[in-house]
Amino acid sequence: MISPALLKQTPLNAVHRRMGARMVDFGGWDMPVQYSGVIEEHHAVRRCVGVFDVSHMGEIEIGGREALRLIDHVTPNSIADMQCGQARYSALLYPHGGFVDDILVYKVAEDRYFLCVNASNQEKDYAHIRDANRFECEVEFAGDRYAQLAISGPLTQPTLQKLTATDLNAIRYYRFVDGEVAGAPARIARTGYTGEDVFEIFIPPGEAPRLWDAVLDAGAEFGIKPCGLGARNTLRLEAGMALYGHEIHASIDPFEAGLGRMVRFDKGDFIGRDALLARRSTGPRRRLGGLEMRGRGIARDGYEMRIDGSPAGWVTSGSPSPTLNKNIGLCYLPAGCAEPGRAVSVIVRGQPVEAATVPTPFYKRAR
Amino acid sequence: MYPDNYRYTKEHEWVLVEGDSGTIGITLHAQQELGDIVYVDLPKPGDRLVQHKTFGSVESVKAVSDIYAPVSGEVIAVNEALAGAPETLNADPHGAAWLIRIRLSAPEEIQNLLTASQYQEYLGEPGK
Repeated sequence: MISPALLKQTPLNAVHRRMGARMVDFGGWDMPVQYSGVIEEHHAVRRCVGVFDVSHMGEIEIGGREALRLIDHVTPNSIADMQCGQARYSALLYPHGGFVDDILVYKVAEDRYFLCVNASNQEKDYAHIRDANRFECEVEFAGDRYAQLAISGPLTQPTLQKLTATDLNAIRYYRFVDGEVAGAPARIARTGYTGEDVFEIFIPPGEAPRLWDAVLDAGAEFGIKPCGLGARNTLRLEAGMALYGHEIHASIDPFEAGLGRMVRFDKGDFIGRDALLARRSTGPRRRLGGLEMRGRGIARDGYEMRIDGSPAGWVTSGSPSPTLNKNIGLCYLPAGCAEPGRAVSVIVRGQPVEAATVPTPFYKRAR
Repeated sequence: MYPDNYRYTKEHEWVLVEGDSGTIGITLHAQQELGDIVYVDLPKPGDRLVQHKTFGSVESVKAVSDIYAPVSGEVIAVNEALAGAPETLNADPHGAAWLIRIRLSAPEEIQNLLTASQYQEYLGEPGK
């Protein structure tokens, strides 16, 4: 175990410790895994509102006359048709088609883009993009210039609206506006990772403790809870969203991960295109699917899966689902076997436990 | 907080010895570290435990944790109520949420275990 003193810290580290959060090493960051308890925090987000410190997420800014050309070159999704104020889910891929990372691209201006990337990948991502840059633009590592809060739940909007003059109702899903929150400059984005209504705000690190308190005060009447990464994980899993290092990594391509929608061959060349074209013609060998435990036991990351007693795949994420009261998971199985309704087994501590493949997402909010 | 008549392991189990039988559970600290406990996997009556070897597991929402035998012996009772209410382990780990009862096969092993004050001292050390 690495001493907490050697881990990276967000600007809210002292706040988390003061508030009694349980801290863990998360990819080299000293982060709160829970405050009051994962289940209670999970329910707060599904039923009212919760706030997460996600300042560990990385930011990379790309600016200049050919910024679009660089992003188009390093990501498989279409970027040219994005409007200013729009965000889009995409990836960075290796030439062989595997994931460097999954990312969100925010179009700030015609010549300026803002990327939000996974905490543990930010240095790698920055190097990857910079190495690919043969265009007239600058790539800037901006992880130290932003703190980030995610506010999520059905009562997110009334909570955050108290703190900003920006009309939140006018910000649609996957759109953002640069405005102010509690007097601090903030990029207010309706993007997130919980399957619930959500705003992510990017703010100056020095303002983070004050805004954290302001958000908790604003949400107090709605029962807001500070939430840790434990609830963030169960929420995203119910919503069927991928987590780097689990569902996606260098040996997985977007088709296998069920993210073929982010691959736009019609847009022209990008890193990984040739490999993915070849993969598309043969079809993926394995596919990400959902699973539900039928027997007693919880599937966990890395557990082996069997079909008719033979090794067939592995669990990528697994947990009890607090919303559904079932034990759920995501897994890779041979392409022909991942469709819902198949009887499988998960090897839990040496013993096969019955499970079944099911559709994802496991949870979808009513709109 | 940690009963004086219990003995403790560095893996955060406790045992209460009464005559030739021992009641085994996990400590308050263990449940705090685990968080919301959702699943308990225990041996059956008749199974044999060997001191310091794993005999079951406790799962929280976040993770699986093995449970180690504080002393050797044969299982004579299992707390069946835990299967339906694993959250009891968060609420009352030193009492209602005992895990198993065993007949000790080597009572002298108790001497290897920590007393309540030694355990609390151990918890106070950095990195525990």
